[in-house]
Amino acid sequence: MAVICKARVSMLVAAIAFSGAICAVVPASAQEPIRIGAFLSVTGPAAFLGDPEQKTLEMYIERINAAGGVTGRKLQLVVYDDGGDADKARTFTKRLLEQDKVDIIVGGSTTGTTMAAVPLVEQAQVPLVSLAGAVVIVEPTKKWVFKTPHTDRMACEKIFADMRGRKLTKVALISGAGGFDKSMRGECLKVAGKYGVDIVADESYGAADTDMTAQLTKIKGTPSVQAVLNCGFGQGPAIVTKNYKQLGLTTPLYQSHGVASKEFIKLAGDAAEGVRLPAAALLVADILPESDAQKPVVVAYKRDYEAKYKSDVSTFGGHAYDGLMLAVDAIKRAGGTDKAKLRDALESTRGYIGTAGVVNMSSADHMGLDLTAFRMLEVRNGGWVLVKETAM
Amino acid sequence: MDSQWTQFLAGGLTAGSVYALVALGYSIIFNASRVINFAQGEFVMIGGMSAVSLVATGVPMPIAVAGAVVIASIVGLLLEKLAVERAPRADVVTLIIITIGASIFLRGLAQLVWDKAIHPLPPFSGDQPIAVLGATIVPQSLWVLGAMVVIVAALSWFFGRTLLGKAMLATSHNRLAAQLVGIDVAKVLFASFGLAAALGAIAGVLIAPITFTSYDVGVMLGLKGFAAAILGGLGSFAGAIVGGLVLGLLESLSAGYVSSAYKDVVAFLIMLVVLFFRPRGILGALQSVRV
Amino acid sequence: MFASRRQDATNPWWASSRTGGIALLALVIALAPLAISNNYFYDVAIIVGLNAIVCVGLNLLIGYAGQISLGHAGFVGLGAYGSALLASRYGWPPLAALVAATAGVALLAFVVGRPILRLHGHYLAMATLGLGIIVSIVISTEDGLTGGPDGMPVPPLALFGLVVQGERTWYWVVGGCLLLAVWLAQNLIESPIGRALRALHTSEIAAEVAGIDSARHKLMVFVVSAVFAAVAGGLTAFYAGFITPAKASFLHSIELVTMVVFGGMASTFGAVVGAAILTVLPQVLTLLKDYEMVVFGALMMFTMIFLPLGVVPTLAGYWRRGAR
Repeated sequence: MAVICKARVSMLVAAIAFSGAICAVVPASAQEPIRIGAFLSVTGPAAFLGDPEQKTLEMYIERINAAGGVTGRKLQLVVYDDGGDADKARTFTKRLLEQDKVDIIVGGSTTGTTMAAVPLVEQAQVPLVSLAGAVVIVEPTKKWVFKTPHTDRMACEKIFADMRGRKLTKVALISGAGGFDKSMRGECLKVAGKYGVDIVADESYGAADTDMTAQLTKIKGTPSVQAVLNCGFGQGPAIVTKNYKQLGLTTPLYQSHGVASKEFIKLAGDAAEGVRLPAAALLVADILPESDAQKPVVVAYKRDYEAKYKSDVSTFGGHAYDGLMLAVDAIKRAGGTDKAKLRDALESTRGYIGTAGVVNMSSADHMGLDLTAFRMLEVRNGGWVLVKETAM
Repeated sequence: MDSQWTQFLAGGLTAGSVYALVALGYSIIFNASRVINFAQGEFVMIGGMSAVSLVATGVPMPIAVAGAVVIASIVGLLLEKLAVERAPRADVVTLIIITIGASIFLRGLAQLVWDKAIHPLPPFSGDQPIAVLGATIVPQSLWVLGAMVVIVAALSWFFGRTLLGKAMLATSHNRLAAQLVGIDVAKVLFASFGLAAALGAIAGVLIAPITFTSYDVGVMLGLKGFAAAILGGLGSFAGAIVGGLVLGLLESLSAGYVSSAYKDVVAFLIMLVVLFFRPRGILGALQSVRV
Repeated sequence: MFASRRQDATNPWWASSRTGGIALLALVIALAPLAISNNYFYDVAIIVGLNAIVCVGLNLLIGYAGQISLGHAGFVGLGAYGSALLASRYGWPPLAALVAATAGVALLAFVVGRPILRLHGHYLAMATLGLGIIVSIVISTEDGLTGGPDGMPVPPLALFGLVVQGERTWYWVVGGCLLLAVWLAQNLIESPIGRALRALHTSEIAAEVAGIDSARHKLMVFVVSAVFAAVAGGLTAFYAGFITPAKASFLHSIELVTMVVFGGMASTFGAVVGAAILTVLPQVLTLLKDYEMVVFGALMMFTMIFLPLGVVPTLAGYWRRGAR
């Protein structure tokens, strides 16, 4: 008897738990507002990306609604935190498409989470504007997938062009274990030859590593090294930079756009002096010349974000800003939220000025930025300065 | 080429000292209660993050360090009182899940109390690299090594000369016998958690100027500290130190001479090898099982 | 090896736990679609099913045999990546890839199991933990083969020429596999091997004295649980069409153990319930956003302190006491 009860009880509990859970996940029922879905890595290893992205989306949707909305309709944000996990991102994307029935999705803080969602949006035929970096997102071009940040390949090209200008041809790579790091390292290896750059060393470190002196010592021991490129993200590059100074390495050090933030300078301290990296204009909003087309947009975003959240603006938040504004602009031009028209409007974006650069999309280019969108910056006296562009 | 290995050595010793301090925390708690405290790494995190907050309010460094250690100790004591003590007859699996749950809880709490960003801590005595035998180290490394030596000496005095220390030692040898001679075993357990938390916090504060701190530094450090404790012999204090230093050195040397991509695997591979062939570790005592 | 078909002498077939419980589970699986209104819910149900398959196997190891594994996600990851690589890179038919990957994992579990299972308690926990982490790091680092941390796409599953696509189809596939897994597990538990395992759990030395070869039995249940995990991993890969190394991560291993322990150790249906509740919970907890980790950790501690037997056995205990 007891044995039957145990099985019956467990089934009862399972049924109750399941139905209770379904009821708890209440779907939004209003038809009027424009629903913008987002899945971001607000917590977890990519919180660096997702947190400012979420804050940016929330802030600007509030502002747009206060100013009357878009085409007379209010915007409604449905955002989920995938914690950097591609499986969760997939489930949340499904939830956004099936349960919340969103009109457009802005999201995917990381390449992994974005790629997990790609098959779903392609099948559901809903536009996705990704906020992740790797070139694989838009190459080969997927009909419904767009992205706002510069690709990692562009970062490599910008860096190598700068190196060529300084006659640095023998380069050592050091990269981390994360998706961003490895993807960028792969792209750099591919395009190095195009700029006459020879990769003479290729070291790597782990995600939570706290000491890179071993790897840098090996690089120091490699005779012909003229410059070092760190394809990294998070705290690793800051530690690499500090170790660099500690070991007394004097060859020029380049970082990736993944650490384009005040945070990096704060963490690396004096060691960051002379480090160069490619970054969006947002980072040097205040020192941009008045004639720069991006100046009004980036200064306004920086001022508003810092005023509201009392923390430094970040390029990743900027990508979310671009994603949202591109979506809104496309909605206006499409005259509504018909998915196919919305997609076409996105694809025909021309001359849109965002925090990342000037966007010109086409059916072959779902990112719309070119190399001029990246600015080469150098750290001097604890702040950023623009490096004079050499002819590419 | 010659100076390369001294550099690897220096890096390895610095990392190894931190592992040693974390491993000490594991051994202390294990000795008092046969519990592996999976939340040990979080004490390191709490120590570092608290110090960052205190320094940000303008408090001078020594007070910030002391304050951070106190905060972490309080958290450790609370953990023992509210979680571990309430499951006195729990078996191994249950206790493991409780402490893992505690570590997740503390990490989630840290996310809320502080934030998810990475924070630096100013070094205790500046940043100028010092050249030693062809290698360069930062002054903070000397602080880490020095603190470890001081702590080892302080602990030997504590366990050898003070009543509470001797009680803890007695409990670790034979819990029943300790109870029979009148030692309050519950109090020993309580104190062990506090002490282990304090040690973790000290490690966290010492290492933060070199490696930065954030809400999830505790995860990897906790795991590697445990690997170090197993390597040296779980329950042996000297073993914790030896295990930590050896682990740090092996990691650094393998990154330098073998493959830097698989550096993290080294710690766990060593742990597996030790567990397979000599589970009691380098300095651990032979375990006997009574039927 | 499995129990004979001889009926239980005291209970008719529909009341015995083995067939009665499975019948109930089959009923729930068959009727649940009535409550499901869109593909998102199917997706959640499928994930519940896949997690449940792993948990049923893990429960054999933890609940019945009294061992512990903090690295089981490693087997899931290996099953997933093995199937994915064989199917996409080497062009194997997906079903063959799944079978081959599972066989590979079984072999690995067999080889590694012998030395690992000589350990007990915390040492066993840490050894399995170390193994799981090594697997996840290797998967993540060999990006030339596995696509690295950003993951790799997986071709869809094809059974006898028909492509398995769409949430509805997958729901039935996973439901069927879950029923099969539960049936296998129950058979194992009620066979002489299951009794030997329970004896092991109570006291390994006493069991050995009674003539049970503990090492062989432990190894067998370890391999069986690894097989369950690998199959679930492979199925997940084909269903999602995309996998990342997070499948094999330490955090995922912890989630799996929590599901088993929360639902109820030494209870196959408890494992299913645990998987269901803890898979659905984060979906419900999205309302809590930043508080999710705090709540999850608190839940783990709370359950272990106040409901050490798990949800299902505790509730069954109340029921039994009430019925008296």
